[in-house]
Amino acid sequence: MIGRLVHRYRWAVPYVLMAPGLLWLVAFFVVPMVPMILFSISEGTVNTGIVQPPDVWAIGNYPEVVVKFQDNVRNSLVFGALATTLCFAIGYPLAYAIAFRGGRYKNLLLFLVIAPFFTSFLIRTISWKVILGNDGPFLAVVRDALHLVPANFSVMGTPLAVVSGLTYQLLPFMVLPLYVSLEKVDIRLIEAARDLYAGPWRPRGTAIGAALGGALAIALMVGLRYADPGDPSGLVAAAGAALVGGLLGGLVAHFLVTEAFVRVVFPLSLPGVFAASILTFIPAVGDYVNADLLGVSPNNQMIGNVIQNRYLFQTDYPVASALSFILMGAILLAIALYAKVLGTEELTGGRA
Amino acid sequence: MSAIDVRLVDVTKSFGDFNAVDHIDLEVQDGEFFSLLGPSGCGKTTTLRMIGGFEQPTSGLIELQGEDVTWLPPYQRNVNTVFQNYALFPHLSIFENVAFGLRRRRVADATIRQRVTEMLELVELPGFEKRKPNQISGGQAQRVALARALINRPAVLLLDEPLGALDLKLRKQMQVELKRIQQEVGITFIYVTHDQEEAMTMSDRIAVMHKGRYEQLGQPEELYERPRTRFVASFLGICNLLQVDPDGSADGYAVVRLADRTPLRVPRALVPGANRLEIGVRPEKIRLFERVEDAPAGSNLVEGVVRDASYLGVSTQYIAELRGGEKVTVYEQNVSHTAHDSLYRQGETVQLGWSPDHTFVVGGGETSAQEEAS
Repeated sequence: MIGRLVHRYRWAVPYVLMAPGLLWLVAFFVVPMVPMILFSISEGTVNTGIVQPPDVWAIGNYPEVVVKFQDNVRNSLVFGALATTLCFAIGYPLAYAIAFRGGRYKNLLLFLVIAPFFTSFLIRTISWKVILGNDGPFLAVVRDALHLVPANFSVMGTPLAVVSGLTYQLLPFMVLPLYVSLEKVDIRLIEAARDLYAGPWRPRGTAIGAALGGALAIALMVGLRYADPGDPSGLVAAAGAALVGGLLGGLVAHFLVTEAFVRVVFPLSLPGVFAASILTFIPAVGDYVNADLLGVSPNNQMIGNVIQNRYLFQTDYPVASALSFILMGAILLAIALYAKVLGTEELTGGRA
Repeated sequence: MSAIDVRLVDVTKSFGDFNAVDHIDLEVQDGEFFSLLGPSGCGKTTTLRMIGGFEQPTSGLIELQGEDVTWLPPYQRNVNTVFQNYALFPHLSIFENVAFGLRRRRVADATIRQRVTEMLELVELPGFEKRKPNQISGGQAQRVALARALINRPAVLLLDEPLGALDLKLRKQMQVELKRIQQEVGITFIYVTHDQEEAMTMSDRIAVMHKGRYEQLGQPEELYERPRTRFVASFLGICNLLQVDPDGSADGYAVVRLADRTPLRVPRALVPGANRLEIGVRPEKIRLFERVEDAPAGSNLVEGVVRDASYLGVSTQYIAELRGGEKVTVYEQNVSHTAHDSLYRQGETVQLGWSPDHTFVVGGGETSAQEEAS
């Protein structure tokens, strides 16, 4: 009886399967969006009384908050992008090693990657406060033992602290999708590439590696505000960092990266790179816990901090809502640009 | 005598305690179609992978055109491989797949375009440049894999069961095709297969491998007509093996006797001494006669009783039981026996006759060709 019914209404099966998820999203995502949109063009606070459409159409909220909180928007995008890039730089080799060299320890290694999730997000962030603190182990090594930084150098309360925290928190989001895509790559394709004269990537790769390493170093120096591009001493610092980064990138590309990887494995892992970057970037941009606990100073606050503050403490729903939509728009725009770059035929399907 | 293209000197490959390849010596000549034939696990693929550079021998030496390449990585060897499952790059077009090797060698774009076009014509896939590997059939993928390897004009082309994934009809067609292409380009082919018919169809010479060594190496006819071991005899088709004792000689042949004293003649050169030995004869060499007088003079003749007769269309397969209990398979061409009721029936006594020259002698099956030589 039921079997006959299912057979008769086969076309409905996918809808039935999708229904719970769709209903959930409609109830808890789409529906709340409506009052949020309305709030975002309203005026006043909960405490003083909110004036909503149709009594007022405060479209001006949007340009106003962008101007007012531009530093926070910039912090969000910069910290988010840097954390995603660092996650990628750390996570890709890790995922590669687990996928291709993990052997029988694959599952154990993957478990270790997600192990931090077994403790609370907050506890982990607070423990980073200890690690990065002025009396913490990080500075004990870098400042006191190695004298790599001046005696008055501190990490807590700087962009470095925020980005470090974000990178740590989001690493599993980067590693898991990368692992999945790398694991699917047929080892025989690497053999085929080697058979077809794909050797070490040098000397071309050495130059590309050096350029990428240098660029990442400059991005970190400027993004973490250790080098001000407008200031001559900042330029010197950036150049120094670029030199170190370029050297490291060049060495890695020269000795570790092969043409088989560049021409075959990496292109085949691009869907994973795309998924992993988005899964990392979105929570990174919207995060406020790291900026709050590790960033401390108002200079390091991200857009999430402002939203949290406006919603929970100032009950300023219009500004908070407008900021939320701007954050959403910024993320969508960034992803669209990224998809455009990564999704093109030249990168995934073009010449080898 | 043409030049030696590939030489393996006392090559061994061990995985732990297991010798996948066990002290092999091989010489493959320039322009030869050479096959490594054997069941799975016999070491043929490992041998091929060592020539390709994907494995390093535990001991021994591999030379390519006189140069020691034992420790060179694959990308520094003038050798290309057609992989078992083609291993086409799924993200690249057919054009880029074929061009891959030339691009790595920094060949100019115009030359690449010209050579890829030529190559796709050679494998009869012109106009496929823009397709992706998932948009072509298995047979076409096979041709692309071949083109991708051949375009580099390697000294040696290694083929690892390249036709294994194709259906029978396509496989037959590709066998002819492969042979044509090999003759056209004149490159040495080393071909790994477990299919004896495939190896015989295409090869100039075949090494029959078993347990990490080759039991016999020679031309297809030689291996089929004069197998030297029981393994080679039974791997290259059906054969009847009989235990016999040598008993002098007659008319230039060695005489041997079955357990029931029936005399049989064997080419004298094949009988090494006076010890008990095993002789063999292929089912299609044997003919059945009603009476002894019907058989051509000088035939080996044994009396048997038909135990089974199956009509196969082109031939009829009989199982005859000899007096000593040995079961002998016979294929009779259906030339005269066109009507079904004219076949020999079960229980009928028949004379099995074959030419002494079609008789071969196999060793115990334990000693290999190399051991005999050393």
